[in-house]
Amino acid sequence: MYYGEKTWEKAEQRIFQETMELALHKANLKTGDIDFMLAGDLTNQIIAANFTARGLAIPFIGLYGACSTMYEGLALGSMLIDGGFARYVLVGASSHYATAERQFRFPTEQGVQRAMSAQWTVTGAGAIVLGSQGQGPRITHATVGKVTDFGEMDASDMGAAMAPAAADTLLQHLKDTGRSPGDYDLIATGDLGKYGRQLVVKLAEQNAVALSDSYTDCGTLIFDESQDTHAGGSGCACSAVVTCGHILDQMKQGRIKRFLGIGTGALLSPCSCQQGESIPGIGHAVVIDAG
Amino acid sequence: MNSSDPFELQKREYKKMVQQVKPKPTVIKNGIMAFLVGGTICAAGQLLMNFFKARELGTQDAGLATAAVLVFLAAFLTGLGIYDEIAKYAGAGTIVPITGFANSMVAPAMEFRSEGMVFGVGARLFTIAGPVLVFGIVTAWLAGLITLVLSL
Repeated sequence: MYYGEKTWEKAEQRIFQETMELALHKANLKTGDIDFMLAGDLTNQIIAANFTARGLAIPFIGLYGACSTMYEGLALGSMLIDGGFARYVLVGASSHYATAERQFRFPTEQGVQRAMSAQWTVTGAGAIVLGSQGQGPRITHATVGKVTDFGEMDASDMGAAMAPAAADTLLQHLKDTGRSPGDYDLIATGDLGKYGRQLVVKLAEQNAVALSDSYTDCGTLIFDESQDTHAGGSGCACSAVVTCGHILDQMKQGRIKRFLGIGTGALLSPCSCQQGESIPGIGHAVVIDAG
Repeated sequence: MNSSDPFELQKREYKKMVQQVKPKPTVIKNGIMAFLVGGTICAAGQLLMNFFKARELGTQDAGLATAAVLVFLAAFLTGLGIYDEIAKYAGAGTIVPITGFANSMVAPAMEFRSEGMVFGVGARLFTIAGPVLVFGIVTAWLAGLITLVLSL
């Protein structure tokens, strides 16, 4: 949890920076080659991203989309490239169990019993270098989501708060592109967890869209049952790590040709919860083609 | 949320859908675990109490000594990162006894040490225990007032 640092915040920042540097190394690029860095995390004032940007010295645009930040960054980064404003964009997002826990919930050693619908914040970071040319995989579409709020109040059931936003973006994306779920080898939402995933399936069903087994959720993939995280993973790193690691790997191996990812975020703060506000959600969709 | 909310019907339907999907809290299991662990802590407290009384401490002093030992043990286990692991299964069984109070002071103290002794530990020590103290003292004060009025 400390990763050789004095505080959890410093640990998260170091994980983030090392991930960004690794992405640059894999792309065979230097910081000077990158036109923009788009990054964010869950800490107040996105300090993990800010301090990483301080270390990398790349023109930086800080993002906050809660746990949807990675996908928000991918959508914006592709637009910057598509608009001719950049040749290379570095996109990243991070989260840390302990920094998130103490900001949004309780001290980590506090003896509380978590709800069965609660999720576990993933400690990690993901990074992707977007380029104007190359062999792919390639981002072909992006659907920026609307903030959707169906009045969910339970901060220990984020999946239920975010599911309507994810479903809304999914349906909008299919409508815009004229595609159906069958056109994708894999559809994945960011961090809805076990129960949020079921809600998206139900919401899609209501709109006459059938989601098959090719629909999964990064939050259900990242942890094993034996880790006893209850509903699954959450946090910026949840969708970032699963997308940049597992899914892009599968794509490299040729198992997935066309992927639709929907990064999901719960746009709450402890303050808004305590003041009795409901929890708004957002979902950003990005299509990645292998070729 | 006024009645002209265009999504009201959708929201109401969604609420029903969430209730169907949401896992039910395991009330009976939690209750049994809380009873067992909470009961064990209290039984241990009684043993300590008897032990101190046998060492010729008065009832009040024996009570204080018992509380001190329990608080120390809870704080120690919190420091070792064990208390929250027990609490995960025991729930109210570890929150309600005096050990829960100790845990709720030590946990933030450890957590906010990184922000320094004054603004970290000092300022945050009572984040969880604070409300308990405030309302506990207010209730005691009200009870005292009622007793006073009745005795007049």
